[in-house]
Amino acid sequence: MRRRLAPYALILPGGLWLAIFFVVPMVVMLSFSLMQGDVVNGFSLTWHWQNYSEALSDYDDQLIRSLVYGVIATAACIVLAYPVAYWIAFRGGARKTTFLFLLLLPFFVSFVLRTFSWKFLLADDGIVLSPLKHAGLLPQDFHVIATGFAVVAGLTYNYLPFMVLPIYVALERVDPKMIEAAQDLYASPAQAFARVVFPLSLPGVFAGVLMTFVPVSADYVNATVLGGTNNTMIGNIIQNLYLVNNDYPQAAALSFTLMAILLIGIFLYARALGTEDVLEVATR
Amino acid sequence: MTSVAAEESTGTASRRTRGRWGDRLLFGYTWLIIVWLCLPIAVMIAFGFNDTKGRLNLTWQGFTVKWYGRLFSVPDLTTALVNSLTIALVATAVSAVLGTLIGLALGRYRFRGQGALNLVQFAAISAPETVMGASLLSFFVQLNVGRGYWTIVIAHIMFSLSFVAVTVRSRVLTLDPAIDEAARDLGATGWTAFRLVTLPMIFPAVLAGGLLAFALSIDDFIITSFNSGSTLTFPLWIWGAQKNGLPPQVNVMGTLIFVAGVLLAVGNALLARRRR
Repeated sequence: MRRRLAPYALILPGGLWLAIFFVVPMVVMLSFSLMQGDVVNGFSLTWHWQNYSEALSDYDDQLIRSLVYGVIATAACIVLAYPVAYWIAFRGGARKTTFLFLLLLPFFVSFVLRTFSWKFLLADDGIVLSPLKHAGLLPQDFHVIATGFAVVAGLTYNYLPFMVLPIYVALERVDPKMIEAAQDLYASPAQAFARVVFPLSLPGVFAGVLMTFVPVSADYVNATVLGGTNNTMIGNIIQNLYLVNNDYPQAAALSFTLMAILLIGIFLYARALGTEDVLEVATR
Repeated sequence: MTSVAAEESTGTASRRTRGRWGDRLLFGYTWLIIVWLCLPIAVMIAFGFNDTKGRLNLTWQGFTVKWYGRLFSVPDLTTALVNSLTIALVATAVSAVLGTLIGLALGRYRFRGQGALNLVQFAAISAPETVMGASLLSFFVQLNVGRGYWTIVIAHIMFSLSFVAVTVRSRVLTLDPAIDEAARDLGATGWTAFRLVTLPMIFPAVLAGGLLAFALSIDDFIITSFNSGSTLTFPLWIWGAQKNGLPPQVNVMGTLIFVAGVLLAVGNALLARRRR
């Protein structure tokens, strides 16, 4: 009997914490998304489904832009991260850990501070653009900040390590004997890569997509710091509706829509790969 | 026969040179990415040594170490940094304990509800921060709880405990349950067996999970910004102050946190290597 109850005693405090401060708030947010009212007079649950249709029609631009930026930044992360992960996994030798550590160095500096650092570096009259403009290599009105490019570049920069790690883990698991076997069977290095190594690394790419696409699409820090008024993402709107306008129902409907789109994606992924595997790779 | 062998050997030789060039290219590329990743850090560190006159820290004015001496001369920035550090310590301690307990349960037992717990943890790890912050704020608004220091602590424990649990769980899975049973057979009570046998074996995972929780907490901006009320943490202060330009003290604090973090991580890695 004691043995049967032991796991429940162990998970009780942490499980309660997650239930009260993660699960219940999601339910509360769901109920908010169906309410009407304002901060002064209070909100009441009227099953006002129009919150969703209004949120979607008012902010479809930002929602679509977020998903587009998410797709571009995630694709850029895959392209940039794959060769790095490949080199460390197969050619890193004894220095593998050192290289991984170097890739993780940015995490020791606040995310917000790093993003501001890019704004400073790429400012219109900053230390990179100003000398180039003086030398006549760039037109005087050239700018990087306040463009969609800057936002996507910032997102790619901030989430790149989350893509390198899972791909590295997957490549590291590839048995070198498999590659030798492919070559013994007269596969060229390119064929061995395309038919053996790459397919085996796909779970890592999937996990990396999961770890970058979700936070990238919901991010508003990069859009605020590096973007202009034409680059606002859905996160900006949610944050603004909550903290500035106090329009909780609309904001909740929007958050829930975003969450639903992303979670459906995640669960489709997890289904295809097995939840445990994704968790394992995601948190390694 | 000989011509085939000759052809084959030149073939492999050219392939090898090509391979070597490919390797060099990849090696250079890897370093390029590392430099790109570290560029903003280098700028941050450098401008902490900038001899600026006023509050603006935009152009290089010469080398100085004076900002290290005036580290705490912006009072509300100091308060924000202290908030960040104490919140991270409390959140790390609590989430390390709660997460370790969950990790033990998941690694050692099969029980009803395990799937649901895994699912909730998976969601808590992968849900977008904007949505988690927003939903927690909805919850506090509904209960009429004022936002501030303790709501930030609650939020940070919420998002970091799953990371500890998963780290500890994978370590527990590698342990032989017979060791714990042997301790009990030799007369140890459950608590004694845990303290003297299990805990030392899972400690590296608890430490790793704790460090991760600390790093997540001290860096968090998005969830914190939703639930902070008027309390400021280090990232929130930077966010609010940047319109008027960041003072060099921010660079210095960022540099010190960076150096401390790197030293801790390297120390932890060296310790782990020695233990092995």
